[in-house]
Amino acid sequence: MSLPLPLSRMLVTSALGATALLGGQVALAQQKVDPAKSEITFVSKQMGVPVEGRFRKFDAQVSFDPKKPEAGKIAFSIDLGSTTVSPDADAELPKAVWFNVPKFPLATFQSGAIKAAGPGKFEVAGKLAIKGSSRDVVVPVTLTQAGAVTTANGSFAIKRLDFKIGEGDWADTSMVANDVQVKFKLTLSGVGPL
Amino acid sequence: MPPPSSAPGARYGLTAIALHWLLALAILAAFAVGLYMHELPLSPQRLKLYSWHKWAGVCILLLSVLRLVWRITHRPPPLSDQMTAAMPAWQRAAHHGVHHLMYLLFFTVPLVGWAYSSAAGFPVVLFGVLPLPDFVPADKALAEAIKPLHALSAFALIGLVLLHVGAALKHQWIDRDGLLDRMNPFKRA
Repeated sequence: MSLPLPLSRMLVTSALGATALLGGQVALAQQKVDPAKSEITFVSKQMGVPVEGRFRKFDAQVSFDPKKPEAGKIAFSIDLGSTTVSPDADAELPKAVWFNVPKFPLATFQSGAIKAAGPGKFEVAGKLAIKGSSRDVVVPVTLTQAGAVTTANGSFAIKRLDFKIGEGDWADTSMVANDVQVKFKLTLSGVGPL
Repeated sequence: MPPPSSAPGARYGLTAIALHWLLALAILAAFAVGLYMHELPLSPQRLKLYSWHKWAGVCILLLSVLRLVWRITHRPPPLSDQMTAAMPAWQRAAHHGVHHLMYLLFFTVPLVGWAYSSAAGFPVVLFGVLPLPDFVPADKALAEAIKPLHALSAFALIGLVLLHVGAALKHQWIDRDGLLDRMNPFKRA
């Protein structure tokens, strides 16, 4: 007995799909980020005064093997509504001139090329998108391992006006500097040894 | 031996006079800005005024150190016999008491303001370029505890300034004893 053609094609397709999925899982086992032990912070300067802020909610998908960094993929999404700086600022940041959270709730990062840059060091190139603008960035990452836990540290600078963060009166960089330093510490499990 | 006295018209030195008026202006300006800025909504204007207020406070603190050193090393001219004789004991006590308390607050108000800024998580960066150390940790609860002390000490200082000005004007217009000339940079003895 022969199956009707469409059905057999469907089965073949699903089988291929399942294999691909399985293969994907084997080759790129997802590493888990422990949000409670991870943080993404940023420092902006207000008339020379460094002011630190923090994103309370973010999500990361990491598939990364230190032995094969070029095959790795890292994606982030940060809930901009969870940004906290100070009580005054927290009330302003969701507004249109700053993050415009109702229209652009998420900031995202999607990695492109990942290169080794020395022992435990990597350079992650990728696209950072905030508030409808996206820019290419290169993020240096340092990995350290203790037992099964891997910690990824790094920092990079962005120009807030590239993303229209702070418009109108707030675009004045003598008040709030254009450079914003972003720092992160991520605690990961399931990363292969360095 | 009676305390030394000076002729009517003896003045403070020019350095003391310059510091007195410079600090009088700076303190009144910082107080006025402080009163105005804290009710503003978050804006570049508010940020600017807060920074200026903090820088003014640090300058007031530094100039007050200089002034105190100068005051200790350069005794002011004593009041004339005529003035001293006209003052009841409580006025003489108030005259010293108000001056001492004002000096105390010249240091207290800016130091407490600086501590509040640090506790609130905003270290003071003088003129936007020189970071000053934090002598208290960044701690929200501490900031909330310090905040009213800054306002209270500032209002106390302004209250004393009003007493001080009122007393000077009484000497000028009621007693007509020429006391105000002691601080007049333009009037030569």
